[in-house]
Amino acid sequence: MQDGAKGGFIENLGKIYGIYTGGFIGFVLLLWVLSSVGVPDRIIGYLFVFLTIGVYALIGVISRTAQLSEYYVAGRRVPAFYNGMATGSDWMSAASFIGMAGTLYALGYDGLAFVLGWTGGYVLVAVLLAPYLRKFGQFTVPDFLGARYGGNVARFIGILVLLAASFTYVVAQVYGVGIIASRFLGISFEVAVFVGLVGILVCSMLGGMRAVTWTQVAQYIILIIAYLVPVVLLSADRTGVPIPQLMYGQVLQKITALEGELGIVKNHVAPFVNAAGALDGTAMLNFFALTFCLMVGTAALPHILMRYFTTPSVREARKSVGWSLFFIFLLYFTAPSYAAFAKLEVYQNVIGQQITALPAWVGLWGGTGLVGACDAIDAVVKYSICAGVTGNADGVLQLAEFKINNDAIVLATPEIAGLPYVVSGLVAAGGLAAALSTADGLLLAIANALSHDVYYRMLDPHADAKRRLTVARVLLVGVAIVAAYVASTKPAGILAMVAWAFSIAASGLFPALVMGIWSKRTTSVGACVGMLAGFGTCLFYLIMTQFYPAEFIAMFKSAGVVEQLQALMASASEAAAAVQAAGGEAASAELKAAAAAAQAEVAKFQTANAHWWGVKNISCGLFGIPAAFLVTWVVSRLTPAPSQEMQDFIDSIRVPRGAVLETRGSAAVE
Amino acid sequence: MSQQSLTPERARQHWSDTYRLMWIVLAIWFFFGFVIHLFAHQLNEIVVFGFPVGFYMAAQGSLIAFVILIFWYARRQNRIDEDYGVAEEQ
Repeated sequence: MQDGAKGGFIENLGKIYGIYTGGFIGFVLLLWVLSSVGVPDRIIGYLFVFLTIGVYALIGVISRTAQLSEYYVAGRRVPAFYNGMATGSDWMSAASFIGMAGTLYALGYDGLAFVLGWTGGYVLVAVLLAPYLRKFGQFTVPDFLGARYGGNVARFIGILVLLAASFTYVVAQVYGVGIIASRFLGISFEVAVFVGLVGILVCSMLGGMRAVTWTQVAQYIILIIAYLVPVVLLSADRTGVPIPQLMYGQVLQKITALEGELGIVKNHVAPFVNAAGALDGTAMLNFFALTFCLMVGTAALPHILMRYFTTPSVREARKSVGWSLFFIFLLYFTAPSYAAFAKLEVYQNVIGQQITALPAWVGLWGGTGLVGACDAIDAVVKYSICAGVTGNADGVLQLAEFKINNDAIVLATPEIAGLPYVVSGLVAAGGLAAALSTADGLLLAIANALSHDVYYRMLDPHADAKRRLTVARVLLVGVAIVAAYVASTKPAGILAMVAWAFSIAASGLFPALVMGIWSKRTTSVGACVGMLAGFGTCLFYLIMTQFYPAEFIAMFKSAGVVEQLQALMASASEAAAAVQAAGGEAASAELKAAAAAAQAEVAKFQTANAHWWGVKNISCGLFGIPAAFLVTWVVSRLTPAPSQEMQDFIDSIRVPRGAVLETRGSAAVE
Repeated sequence: MSQQSLTPERARQHWSDTYRLMWIVLAIWFFFGFVIHLFAHQLNEIVVFGFPVGFYMAAQGSLIAFVILIFWYARRQNRIDEDYGVAEEQ
């Protein structure tokens, strides 16, 4: 893959990745043989993790580069089809690979907001942004903001939003790598995080975008094989037809019938229902709000948008979005079938069974704390997930006594289908590929914003190429280490915030990007104020409802609600004072229980009331996006129209042919 | 395809065609992303191959529509660019 032979490499991509795919399948079969002649599972797990990371590292090393355009945009030579694959693995994270099927299992129809939201956004990318950003043709998303909106203020706000959206996201990916590596290597989580860190850095440090691109294609191939194989085999086993996406229709029918027998009122296929099974307006509003925010967020996340800077032409960029969604679709339209097959297994073979006659997978995964049969009084000893569940100890597993973690749906499917351990190893390799590829893309987006936009554009515009690459690599390693450090502390709060990234990016970046292309009248001041308004509205709603619900209620709710809350808080502090008066720790159990109950009442009331129209804070973009559009539009009309020079610049990015004109905010990039 | 640059009038027409296509695509996107799912309850009454149709649309149908929509858009927009002679040289 040296530069001289690069043309040959691009022409032979089909052959190279064909051989690679064949080699990987051969490798899996070899491990299967090894495992059946008695090689221990632990060794199989090691081989899967280290050999796949080794391959990624090899690609990373042979794709090393000393050229800026190779480092930042892979030389703009990535064909649409392969860029689609790379975007697919860039996009699909550990959450998509392992978590989504579990979310669908738990939520039924309402979980489909994630499936819709994480695919539909690509239509917005294709039509509104990708071709024009490709024509603009520089290195990063903040570059465009700087060029279109007259310099460093807009660029800097863009970087702020980018960091807010991407950093929590990358921490979650590193966390995911740590979880998978620790489970399959049998090492501690803290060590596994840094093993993962090495895996991430070897892919990206030497070759930047070029190395990440070709590694992501390789990772996509592994993750899609790993995702499809278990459920295809499960479908063949249960229905006789190896097409789970088609066959789970019948499974849904059986689930509905079993729900009737088990007396479950919230049906798997029923849309927008509350716990009682009745149609619920707030559930419906939240479904559409979440779908909308995830879609718009998709079209604003810099690590996705920057992938379309790498295609050879505008034409290819458009096609490439289609291929991206196609490759993502392959996984997303399979996820609901995982959920359905798992649910049928649970209703048919787990619930209502004698504790002694449960399927083997329940015991196998029970040890990891992901599954629990909580019938016995002391079930928590065997199944840690049973904490807080009181079983009736009748020797039969009732619905309320069965606990399953979302992650277990995909992870346990190989055992549910009775497949050999090698398939579990394959799933681990797939999950690892998903987490590593997303982490690489995000790290590159963050480090490039710092090295290219902050260092080169704002601090030292005269730096030469060698110096810029050195700074880029140092920052990449620095950001990666910080992310790994934060992940190693297992920050529960940060993990919950990942889903916020979509609303944050959607509110802060999407309106400025879209209006910069589609409305010539949008001015620099308008865009900057608009970005701040959207970002601010979204953050305000998130932070207030999440961390300061009492203050939020005091600000926005009627006097009656505020009084109710004050009454509850008063009785809570009374109960707490009673505990203190009785000697704190020495107080009677009854007093302590009363204080805890009063405190729980306050929390419950706050959760039930700290929102606008019932919208969950994960969908804060529902307020942030319109706020940003509105403010941008109004302020733009109150400020003088952009110069003729700027209007010509916009015209030049609207057509594929010809040069892009320069503006004050965009000096030439070689 | 000529090499001459666009007259302002042709450029305006090119953009208005592009603009129209954009709104058509967004309308289809909005239909499959939101409108059809408003009727999920009613659609669930119909069952095809085991799938309640309301569920199917959110789990697969709309996704297929999105994939086709993007490829269709790419072809249409490329043709617009060619018609106005502003497509890139191959």
